[in-house]
Amino acid sequence: MTIKKDAIRYAAGLARISLTRQEEELFAEQLNHILAYMEQLNKLDTENIEPMSRAGSTGNILREDMVKSPLSNDDALKNAPEKEEGFFRVPKIIE
Amino acid sequence: MSHYLTTIGLEIHLRLLTKTKAFCGCSNCFGGEPNTFVCPVCLGFPGSLPVLNSQYLRYAIKVALALSSNVSGMMKFDRKNYFYPDLPKNYQISQYDMPLSLGGYVDIISDNKPKRIAITRVHMEEDAGKLVHNKRALSSYVDFNRTGTPLLEIVSEPDISSPEEAYRYLIAIKSIIEYLDVSDCNMEEGSLRCDANISIRPKSQKELGVKVELKNMNSFKGVRDALIYEEKRQAKALSADEPIAQQTRLWNEEKQVSEPMRTKEEAHDYRYFPDPDLPTVSIDATLIEEISSELPEMPEQKKERFIRDCGLSKYDASVLVSDKVMACFFECCIKLYPKPKMIVNWLTGDILKYLNANNIEFNSVKTTPQRLISMFELMDNKTISGKMAKEVLHEMLATGDSADDIVKKKGLLQISDKSVIEKLADDIINENPKVADDYLSGKTNALGFLVGQLMKKSKGRADPQLANSAIKKGLGKKRP
Repeated sequence: MTIKKDAIRYAAGLARISLTRQEEELFAEQLNHILAYMEQLNKLDTENIEPMSRAGSTGNILREDMVKSPLSNDDALKNAPEKEEGFFRVPKIIE
Repeated sequence: MSHYLTTIGLEIHLRLLTKTKAFCGCSNCFGGEPNTFVCPVCLGFPGSLPVLNSQYLRYAIKVALALSSNVSGMMKFDRKNYFYPDLPKNYQISQYDMPLSLGGYVDIISDNKPKRIAITRVHMEEDAGKLVHNKRALSSYVDFNRTGTPLLEIVSEPDISSPEEAYRYLIAIKSIIEYLDVSDCNMEEGSLRCDANISIRPKSQKELGVKVELKNMNSFKGVRDALIYEEKRQAKALSADEPIAQQTRLWNEEKQVSEPMRTKEEAHDYRYFPDPDLPTVSIDATLIEEISSELPEMPEQKKERFIRDCGLSKYDASVLVSDKVMACFFECCIKLYPKPKMIVNWLTGDILKYLNANNIEFNSVKTTPQRLISMFELMDNKTISGKMAKEVLHEMLATGDSADDIVKKKGLLQISDKSVIEKLADDIINENPKVADDYLSGKTNALGFLVGQLMKKSKGRADPQLANSAIKKGLGKKRP
């Protein structure tokens, strides 16, 4: 499997980033390297091996349904580029 | 719709009433000042880690079991990726290929026949925040209090074949969930939300028609109205040989029409992948058994019991159990007053009629079982007649006052004094000599008119039986 430039453009679009032509070429090449590396896994015989959904088995990790004190409104908004009356302000969304 | 077949599937989002959010300890409250129930986890700050709420898991299993859905031994959480300002992490924690449960069903009555609607799956996911729009402002405002609150998504199979069936399915789901005490199921407040997929096709056609997704309905009735509208719109298009676009349409409650969504129709690519922050969850048989044993009596079982033990009709029993609070009200009543048929007649008759006419939910009814029974007792001891009781009840429902107080306040005491009624009867007969003559010459239906006049004159307060015999007695005196 090889990644072509249009796939890079599509992925960049989904990630809302813009790439220069040089970057598109560079990333296509780098991603193909990564894929080729991963490709080695396909050489393994996994016929009788159960699929594993994650590494390590820890048992269930759950928490009690107990309220913890939240951030103050000031703290929550501290890093917000724009805020108004306790809200995060964002460019207008038209529905 | 006779030429077409309708196919509907529903997706229900249910907000669960845990104390805290799905993956953090923020309060799971409705409302509140904006951005005051938030923390680094639900705001998606880098480095924060979500941890599953154990009560959320229990509630979710409870719902799955109540819907006869097969709870998976192992489930996992996945990231559903998309950009929207109400989603601070740019992904929603949801479940993709290893959901909480698969299969299940709900039984409804359609055209007086039982019908089983199959459920595809039930999965867990977090809710997004809330966007506030202001028409004049150049910005939108985000409140993340709702972000990360626990939801269940219940997906039905496309087994529903009319808007009315969709409505019944929703009512059935709502009543099941209400019995579990895990959600308040209020569509107006957004604790239950419903999107619908609908397609129609000519009866002769085998493959399904083009699917339209309907959103933005905010009541059960809205879902039914939107589906009825859409069914007609699509039938009209098909009859005119116009193609139906595969699209998402928004229900406009005010105009009672569905309108295509204005956002760009780009195909969504959510790139689901396992959330590396959350380990898989195993649900063993012991936990399932423990939760099954906590399940309360469900509406279907309660209905059977009402039919068996109280001698109710199937219809009456289904109406009663469709609302948990009403069923509970009924059960309190029969403990105080062992006449289930009479209680159910008043409950499903005058009381429901009043509540429906005034758009009141049963859980806000202003009277109590004790007060209703006191009113029955006033009828039994002839203080008020059945007709007056209706008036008294209406007042009880409107004001919350006791029947006794209303009777006193309105001077509604029934007149049971024989001499008073006989005096009234004589007056009526003297005022209507022609009708009296008619009766005496054999027209027996003239009697009803005279009794009616007496009741009118007493403002409905005369004991109807006494009134009847007093008129007869008075007429007897006239007989030559």
